[in-house]
Amino acid sequence: MTVLALDSGLTWIPACPADRLTPERGVAILLPDGGQVALFRTFDGALYAIDNIDPFSHAAVMARGIVGDRDGEPTVASPMLKQVFSLRTGVCLDDPSVRQAVHTVRERDGVVEVTVRPSGGTA
Amino acid sequence: MRQLVVIGNGMVGHRLVEAVRDRDTDGTWHITVLAEESRPAYDRVALSSYFDGACEEDLRLPDLVRRGGVDLRLGEPATAIDRAGRTVTTRTGAVVGYDALVLATGSSAFVPPVPGHDLPGCHVYRTLDDLDAITASARDARTGVVIGGGLLGLEAANALRLLGVRAHVVELAPWLMPAQIDEGGGALLGGLIAETGVTVHTGVGVEAVEAGADGRVARVRLGERELAADIVVFAVGIRPRDELARAAGLEVGPRGGVVVDEACRTLDEAIYAVGECAQAGGTVYGLIAPGNAMAEVVADRLLGGTAAFTGADTSTKLKLLGVDVASFGDAHGRTPGALEVVLNDAPGRRYAKLVVSDDARTLLGGVLVGDATAYAGLRPLVGRELPGDPLDLIAPGREGGGIGVGALPDDAQVCSCNAVTKGALVTAIHDGACDVAVLKGCTGAGTSCGSCVPMLKTLLAEAGVEQSRALCEHFEQSRAELVEIVTATGVATFSELIARYGRGRGCDVCKPAVASILASLNGGHILDGEQAALQDTNDHFLANIQRNGTYSVVPRIPGGEITPDKLIVIGEVARDFGLYTKITGGQRIDLLGARVEQLPAIWRRLVDAGFESGHAYGKSLRTVKSCVGSTWCRYGVQDSVGLAIELELRYRGLRAPHKIKAGVSGCARECAEARGKDIGVIATEKGWNLYVGGNGGFRPRHADLLVSDVDHDTLIRYIDRFLMFYVRTADRLQRTAAWIEAMDGGLDHLRAVVVDDALGIAADLEAAMARHVTGYADEWRGVLDDPDKLARFVSFANAPDVPDPTIAFETEREQPVPAGPVTLGMPVRRPHAEV
Ligand code: SRM
Ligand SMILES: Cc1cc2nc3c(=O)[nH]c(=O)nc-3n(C[C@H](O)[C@H](O)[C@H](O)COP(=O)(O)OP(=O)(O)OC[C@H]3O[C@@H](n4cnc5c(N)ncnc54)[C@H](O)[C@@H]3O)c2cc1C
Ligand code: SF4
Ligand code: FES
Repeated sequence: MTVLALDSGLTWIPACPADRLTPERGVAILLPDGGQVALFRTFDGALYAIDNIDPFSHAAVMARGIVGDRDGEPTVASPMLKQVFSLRTGVCLDDPSVRQAVHTVRERDGVVEVTVRPSGGTA
Repeated sequence: MRQLVVIGNGMVGHRLVEAVRDRDTDGTWHITVLAEESRPAYDRVALSSYFDGACEEDLRLPDLVRRGGVDLRLGEPATAIDRAGRTVTTRTGAVVGYDALVLATGSSAFVPPVPGHDLPGCHVYRTLDDLDAITASARDARTGVVIGGGLLGLEAANALRLLGVRAHVVELAPWLMPAQIDEGGGALLGGLIAETGVTVHTGVGVEAVEAGADGRVARVRLGERELAADIVVFAVGIRPRDELARAAGLEVGPRGGVVVDEACRTLDEAIYAVGECAQAGGTVYGLIAPGNAMAEVVADRLLGGTAAFTGADTSTKLKLLGVDVASFGDAHGRTPGALEVVLNDAPGRRYAKLVVSDDARTLLGGVLVGDATAYAGLRPLVGRELPGDPLDLIAPGREGGGIGVGALPDDAQVCSCNAVTKGALVTAIHDGACDVAVLKGCTGAGTSCGSCVPMLKTLLAEAGVEQSRALCEHFEQSRAELVEIVTATGVATFSELIARYGRGRGCDVCKPAVASILASLNGGHILDGEQAALQDTNDHFLANIQRNGTYSVVPRIPGGEITPDKLIVIGEVARDFGLYTKITGGQRIDLLGARVEQLPAIWRRLVDAGFESGHAYGKSLRTVKSCVGSTWCRYGVQDSVGLAIELELRYRGLRAPHKIKAGVSGCARECAEARGKDIGVIATEKGWNLYVGGNGGFRPRHADLLVSDVDHDTLIRYIDRFLMFYVRTADRLQRTAAWIEAMDGGLDHLRAVVVDDALGIAADLEAAMARHVTGYADEWRGVLDDPDKLARFVSFANAPDVPDPTIAFETEREQPVPAGPVTLGMPVRRPHAEV
């Protein structure tokens, strides 16, 4: 896998072709350091990425959760024990003391890219 | 400590002991209960439900012994009372001393002394032993005659019907239930009963019961006519069991019954009498509410109180399928000057009469036939000022008789069986009782005849406690309402549905629910197009997620029957993919520990060997469990395996509000545990008995008998209707058990819809099921044949073949199991994990 060093000091990697990411269905991405992110596109085209490891069950499953919204906030529900997380902030809306790391995502020339380091939430 | 002896452990004797234990916080009384029956006390009022699926345990009243200070002697009746020595002698010869004695010996069924009344095959209808004897006689019976067309006789006739016997009812009076209802109501009732398949003969008496060649009952002679009868049940009335009291020199009434005063005390001040053996204020009451009231009075007196019994509510409601009859207060208008307001709607098959005071302001009583929904609202108003025009109260279509419970004063009894007032209920709701079950538990209301339950619901609703039916924050509608919307509008996608009828973008509650609705109404593959994004992870990967993120594989093994070759394939697949293998509780095999990217290869092998999805992941039919049945078993009377396989193949893949399980047993020994399933089928010599609404799991429940002795085609037709009705009307994640319990009208309503087609939708339901059956296709094959769908089965979008590095196994008992610490957990927000 290629690692691209780019603007603002962030390290980006290509995640998948843009058309592989259908609205409201996540995919898992393996990071160079062995970590994983769950990548989502919401109905309005926005892209989000959070750590793929469910903080409650410790299983790498967040990408397989159901995407939706709670009071307008874009969310994903863990498929394991159903806790709901904000895709924007990574905060668990059912237990705000828990927060999932968030990565930055962008789309370039038909490819979706994510940063290898989290930009928010717990590192 | 003082000694209290209670003779009789029927409903009232039981209530008395409970009431004394409740009040006697200092432990003043030690209680000895002498019981003639060998079973602990049971709910006699609900006796008939024994034929409708209830078993002895369901009917049993709360254990008395556990309360402490109670010596319950079952099967040890009292034989004599020595008033001077204050002792009671029992059948075993034991002598028990008392400081206070309560007679609660109830009554016995009266058998008229007509010739042949004691032939084999003649029965009465009073105890569980009587019911067992009736069941035994009914086994080879085709026709049965019930003598007596009152409340009890009609229940008995219905019981015969449920036992598969053609029933006749013979009533001497010109109409049925003459004690409770008037001629107008009686005319309608006769017709309604006849429609249930029971033949009614009124205005005739029985002259003799005659035997056939085998010495058993064969005929009943009614004057000129005779009726063939293989079984006869007498239900003409009751006689108080006052024999002990008579022998002890206590006063008894002219028509029997131990005479008691307002304290329920006999002329011997140490002896009380309660329930059906007592005559209070000149009346012997044959109902439970007065008996319970007497028990409370005596308990109060024993502890120094001054409570008095001054008469009681004699309202009654018939507990019969599909036939609504109720009578309350002065139903016959015997109060001087009473006026009657009658609504006799023959085409609408409703008869309603209110009896009001001469100034038309006070409600005195009434009769309702055909539709008794107003009963719960009207009964507590007896003796009170009417809230409006009497005719208005019985006008059609007015739920609860047009009376909000709000109109009732706090001291009005909402539950007359258990003397619970509106005030007590409102207080309980205020203190946090949040549903009918809790309300029942803390007040006792609704636990006897159940006719007040609609009022409990209304009280909860009026207090604003009733839970919203909205599916989630995105849809105001309930699941059933969404089904109606989708059916009526033909909306085919979630996006369109939420745009037109909801708000926001949905969540893990409404998305799978709508996916299930679309799948059951429209068919198609569940991963087609936008639908795929609605499925939760199990449906998404057609497998069940496990705690380490791997999945389980459960191929369908219909009825639990499998060839050796197929067993070998399962073994080989498990071995080759390193899967943990276990036999499930559903008579099939679970292969666990498959990673997402392994699923297609595993399923390729299984599908090639002739397996298909077992839908262990879906809210859909799981398994139809079977026993070996008549093919092998020496007791089997039908081919249970064959039927189980047929049912499993018929209903496989049907998406439903929750999972559906079924079972088929080859005889009444019930080795398939069918009554623990949503659909239970048990073979009989004449066909099949169909039970519905069973559940294991969080709250086990035995399934209720829906119909008995039906043939194969009828059985399938009823199950088709039942399932489709469930699919259309249940709430999200509501198993059939909870669905039936929450249904207005409960099992009777369900039976009316499924068996009698009361809503006229049976053909529609059957057609919908036919579409499902022909439209069925294996979901796994659908995935394997479609590259787009297969593309989802990868670990990582950027590294499809790299296994998830967080998944690791260790070995336990020679099989792979997830490595690492077990994180225990139930969801934080929701009480139960559901998959
Ligand atoms: C595999 C199995 C246990 C076993 O090793 O035997 C099993 C395993 C699970 N059961 Fe079960 N149940 C299994 C038979 C049962 C039975 C017995 C039966 O079916 O005869 C019951 C009680 C009967 C009943 O359902 O009425 C049962 C009552 C439950 C319940 C409680 C349901 C309820 O109505 O209260 C749940 C939780 C739920 O559905 O909400 C549940 C849920 C589950 C879940 C889905 C829990 C979860 O969230 O992961 C488990 C997933 C299994 C998997 O990944 O394959 N399972 N479960 C059985 C699979 C049977 C099959 O072949 O399909
Ligand atoms: C099928 C059926 C349906 C009914 N439906 C309704 C209804 O819908 N609404 C309603 O209000 N009522 C109904 N009833 C009536 C109700 O069940 C009775 O009013 C109630 O059971 C009376 O309670 P009890 O304790 O006085 O008598 P029972 O329940 O008859 O109990 C008396 C007990 O005393 C025992 N006993 C008798 N003699 C002795 C002795 N010497 N020593 C020891 N034990 C003795 C008996 O064996 C019996 O167990 C129904 C009754 C039946 C049979
Ligand atoms: S239910 Fe009856 S037929 Fe089936 S195995 Fe058991 S005993 Fe045999
Ligand atoms: S009125 Fe019978 S249970 Fe409430």
